[in-house]
Amino acid sequence: MSDTVPGSTPMVRFDAVDKWYGDNHVLKNINFEVAKGEVVVVCGPSGSGKSTLIRTVNRLEPIQKGKIYLDGQDIYAPSLDVNAFRQRIGFVFQQFNLFPHMSVLDNVTFAPLKIQKRPRGEAEAFARELLERVGLAAKADAFPGFLSGGQQQRVAIARALALNPPVMLFDEPTSALDPEMVGEVLQVMRSLAREGITMICVTHEMGFARDVCDRVVFMDEGQIVVDAAPDAFFENPDHPRVRRFLADILPRH
Amino acid sequence: MTFLSPDQIEQLLWGLRTTVFLFAASWVLSFTVALILVTVRAANIAPLRWAVDIFVAYHRNVPLLVHVLFWYFAVPEVLPEPIRFWLYDHGAEFSLAAIALGLGSSAYVSEDIRSGLRAIPHTQFEAATALGCGYIQSMRYIIVPQALRISLPPLIGRALLLFKNTSVAMAIGVAELTYQTREIENETFQTFTVFGIATVLYLMGTFLITAFGSWLNARVSVSNGRRA
Repeated sequence: MSDTVPGSTPMVRFDAVDKWYGDNHVLKNINFEVAKGEVVVVCGPSGSGKSTLIRTVNRLEPIQKGKIYLDGQDIYAPSLDVNAFRQRIGFVFQQFNLFPHMSVLDNVTFAPLKIQKRPRGEAEAFARELLERVGLAAKADAFPGFLSGGQQQRVAIARALALNPPVMLFDEPTSALDPEMVGEVLQVMRSLAREGITMICVTHEMGFARDVCDRVVFMDEGQIVVDAAPDAFFENPDHPRVRRFLADILPRH
Repeated sequence: MTFLSPDQIEQLLWGLRTTVFLFAASWVLSFTVALILVTVRAANIAPLRWAVDIFVAYHRNVPLLVHVLFWYFAVPEVLPEPIRFWLYDHGAEFSLAAIALGLGSSAYVSEDIRSGLRAIPHTQFEAATALGCGYIQSMRYIIVPQALRISLPPLIGRALLLFKNTSVAMAIGVAELTYQTREIENETFQTFTVFGIATVLYLMGTFLITAFGSWLNARVSVSNGRRA
């Protein structure tokens, strides 16, 4: 790992990573980098290991072989404070996973207040700014159970942004949503991408991939099969597995 | 049917006061111990889990009266002398009864909270972890508060039981409501009157606990959309 040239360290780097669930080899020799500010879409058929892949980045899933680096730092280094490390990565779940016993505002201020012990005034001001950005300032005092799926996911994005992480990971953020709510979440993600935050998105939203991302990574059976710019990926899908995947998925858009 | 003298009424009210204090002390102890039991057990380390299981099994299988007598008569014998004398100088009956009642109740309370915990999806824990919470922080801020809301109705039942079970403490001479009732009954033979009054006083206590529980339940309920 070379840290000598400033700015050249990738935000996330996988170095020969393997992972098994029991006998099931779910990630096979993953080598892949995401540069700072890059937006990468990870797609592939279900069971291909794409969710597992991004869940290894913040150590929600352990790996058995290889190394993962966040901004040049080995994320399994013994000296690493894992909780402080996780605060540098925003994670958005498929099922939102908001805290149902807290208001929207409390969901967003939770980590800054309770984990980072920031002053309440500062945390609330920033939370309201984030809610404004995701278009939900008016819902600050509502409880998650009273919001639509799309609204909950936008709150979840605000919650993940509350710690100002340099990287955001999205694990199928629109898969649990009714079709008419997908747009509002993608719009928030598009605006984030334009702001220069590093993003890795597991998604089947090929429109988002085509318009917004810098690279598309296609996974199949635990391997990265294609890692290409969106134009190359969509216009000349030379890999037969990708062609079949696109044929299955594109008529829906 | 005749009425009691002002002195006897005062005696009953002192008994009620002791009952309320005994209930409060043993409930706080029971709840605190239960939270520790639940947290230790959820850590899922085999020897610790066995220790909690044994603790719970013991308290659920030994009659409460035996448990209270054990704490009052047997436990002080194995305590170092200074502690024992200190206890006897500072109302040993009350504190040992509170410990016995509190520990006995904690076994049940911990099981109630644990079933509430099982109702919280693992994804809540993941969401807290992803925000940088350690195990204790996740439990404290995310998991336990939700589990307590789910466990609230059975916990109110446990509180009622504990309030009524404080009467067992009369067996070791704690001057609580049932003890005072018996005393006055022995002096006056006004059996019906004095037990009638005691019954009404106990009912008032349980009514207050139930009312407080309903109020709390309405206040913290996630589904009604009010700020908890």
